Amino acid sequence: MTNLLLFVVLPYAALAIFLVGSIYRYKNKGFTVSSISSQFLEGRKLFIGSQPFHWGLFFLFFGHLIAFLFPRAIIAWNGQPVRLLILEITAFAFGLSACLGLIMLVYRRLTTRRVQMVTSKMDVVVFLVLLTQIISGLLVAYHSRWGSSWFAAFLSPYLRSIFVFDPQIDAISSVNSLSLKVHVISAFLLIGLIPFTRFIHFLVYPVDYLWRSYQQVIWNWPRRHIRVSRAHSEGHKSKNN
Amino acid sequence: MDVRSQVSMVFHLDKCIGCHTCSIACKNIWTDRKGAEYMWWNNVETKPGTGYPTKWENQDIYKGGWEKNGDTVSLKGAGKFKGLKNIFHNPHMPVLDDYYEPWTYKYQDLFTAPEGNDQPTATAVSLVTGEHMDVQSGPNWDDDMGGSIDYARQDVNLQKLSSAEQEAMFQLERMTFHYLPRICNHCLNPACVASCPSGALYKRGEDGIVLINQERCRAWRMCVTACPYKKSYYNWNTGKSEKCVLCYPRLESGQAPACFHSCVGRIRYLGVMLYDADKIEAAAAAPDDQLVNAQMDIYLDPFDPEVIKQAKLNGIADSTITAAQNSPVYKFVKVWKLALPLHPEFRTLPNLFYVPALLPTMATVADGVYNTTSKSLWNGVESNRLPMKYLASLFSAGNTGQVVDVMKRLMAVRLHRRGVTVGDLNAAEISSAMNEVNMDKETADAIFRLTALATFDERFVIPPAHREESIEMLENTADVKGNTGFGFKETPARGL
Repeated sequence: MTNLLLFVVLPYAALAIFLVGSIYRYKNKGFTVSSISSQFLEGRKLFIGSQPFHWGLFFLFFGHLIAFLFPRAIIAWNGQPVRLLILEITAFAFGLSACLGLIMLVYRRLTTRRVQMVTSKMDVVVFLVLLTQIISGLLVAYHSRWGSSWFAAFLSPYLRSIFVFDPQIDAISSVNSLSLKVHVISAFLLIGLIPFTRFIHFLVYPVDYLWRSYQQVIWNWPRRHIRVSRAHSEGHKSKNN
Repeated sequence: MDVRSQVSMVFHLDKCIGCHTCSIACKNIWTDRKGAEYMWWNNVETKPGTGYPTKWENQDIYKGGWEKNGDTVSLKGAGKFKGLKNIFHNPHMPVLDDYYEPWTYKYQDLFTAPEGNDQPTATAVSLVTGEHMDVQSGPNWDDDMGGSIDYARQDVNLQKLSSAEQEAMFQLERMTFHYLPRICNHCLNPACVASCPSGALYKRGEDGIVLINQERCRAWRMCVTACPYKKSYYNWNTGKSEKCVLCYPRLESGQAPACFHSCVGRIRYLGVMLYDADKIEAAAAAPDDQLVNAQMDIYLDPFDPEVIKQAKLNGIADSTITAAQNSPVYKFVKVWKLALPLHPEFRTLPNLFYVPALLPTMATVADGVYNTTSKSLWNGVESNRLPMKYLASLFSAGNTGQVVDVMKRLMAVRLHRRGVTVGDLNAAEISSAMNEVNMDKETADAIFRLTALATFDERFVIPPAHREESIEMLENTADVKGNTGFGFKETPARGL
């Protein structure tokens, strides 16, 4: 029953809240969608914390995504022990860098008066979820080694079963690694929290900047269009005049 | 030819008295909010001086603006690669201490302090943390400190001068300063717009005002770095960047922007310039000494029938073309060639032009006697108190000839008017000064009139915005008759 709640109900609830909530917030509360950076108030410690934290998470996220989407490729890569070792060590290094960065960021929040002024209750929740997520991930990596291989064979099917609406929780509920369970549960919690926290900012990571032209001009009154437009139509006259 | 219209500005520095009324008018309307207290969309600096934020002109520190890159330009400290690389921590961004920590005073203490031997005082408290603080600096901390070691001598523009020239500048009898009011330049090649990863910044097509869409801004802070004039500010409370909006709600209803309207010295002029958008890239990439001329070539003659024809084809309203023909900015910048852009070497093609201050010329000291007599009245442009090299560093990317030319024109007007009103000058001296800059008496009188006597409507020629049309294009106005306004409202509340 608990397993059903944690590995079926929670994921679906989290994903539903994430989808509906994020779209609603983006469309209706655009002003609140921001990374709300505090670099302006404190820059030095932010540099030491933010860089390793974000880059660590950046690579870990794509690592997890690739393992989920292309499990066979990962297993094939891990066919040789040397390559497995390289992958594991790299991933662990990124995990450590994210962890140390996060600890620095927590320390910065606690000790910088100016930054405290812009810390909301949800920021505390964000820190707690992130600490749980990253530390449990590191514990999994340390205690249940060669995760890059067993992830593909064992977690990917579970995650896929969630996304194809045919949840198979036997494998995940029978593991006896607490840290792995915590890692999965807090991951779904994190997803569910996106619309209510500053997590929303990674959904608006500006990839489109890469292909947009540098200068942007907006015309409020497209006179040229209006005067010589082929698409001109009469429009609807209002009812009350 | 791609003709567009731009609301442009001229500030006449000779008339600026450094009263900061413009700054206060702006502050009261726009930036009197939590998170915006430190922002001065309009500020007045003392030159020589370090300005606000401190040393903003030094792009070795802040990496603002564009740099020449072959036939084109690229952003110095931002852009696609650098921007996305530095998105988690922006190494060149000024922080609060580079501006100043905003504060207020605990006035209530004056009333609630217990009786004692001393007068109660209102102590300073930080507007960021709410705690007591020692005020270390402010937005105009170098006000009137024209000769000071901490401010004037730290002026970045002095790097262009030899140490002997610098020493000469700071001799007691030569020491001088003038004011430099600054707002957003609403550039033709805005670095802030180009640097914004989320595309929140844009230039309005109709009047060229550069704005930040508050709904799209994601606090990546690249505009703060990229603007070489440091006129894009980060609101630490809402997590959104903000900048001068040139009071567009006022402009659209035919009023001058607040800083223009309130200017005590009447130094400010506002009007339309028609320009050729096809020439922007080439002008921005011109060699340093030709930058000003290249920019001047962009602006078009609003009386030229071909320009008028192309402008109409581009949908520019007849009323805007008329406004361009009456524009005081066009006269100062293009016809009379009296106004220059600030730091054209940043290559953003700014639309705020300055008539440099024709400062009192130097006196000499001989045998300990301070001698103010000179051979001729005002003693000529070259013996100006501020070296021309210094002014050239401010207004013409180091092209001294350009500044000298402007100064000579200003001097010719002065001599001519002296001849008219006082009549104590040798006529040959006046005519030689006028001939040197090819100026006739009518032009000199017109310059004098627009400089000294101009009325409100002559100083601010605001193109009608035709809001009645623009609203009708978006909505059926009658549907919302009796309602309170158009559009949407959202509280500017900080995100979670």
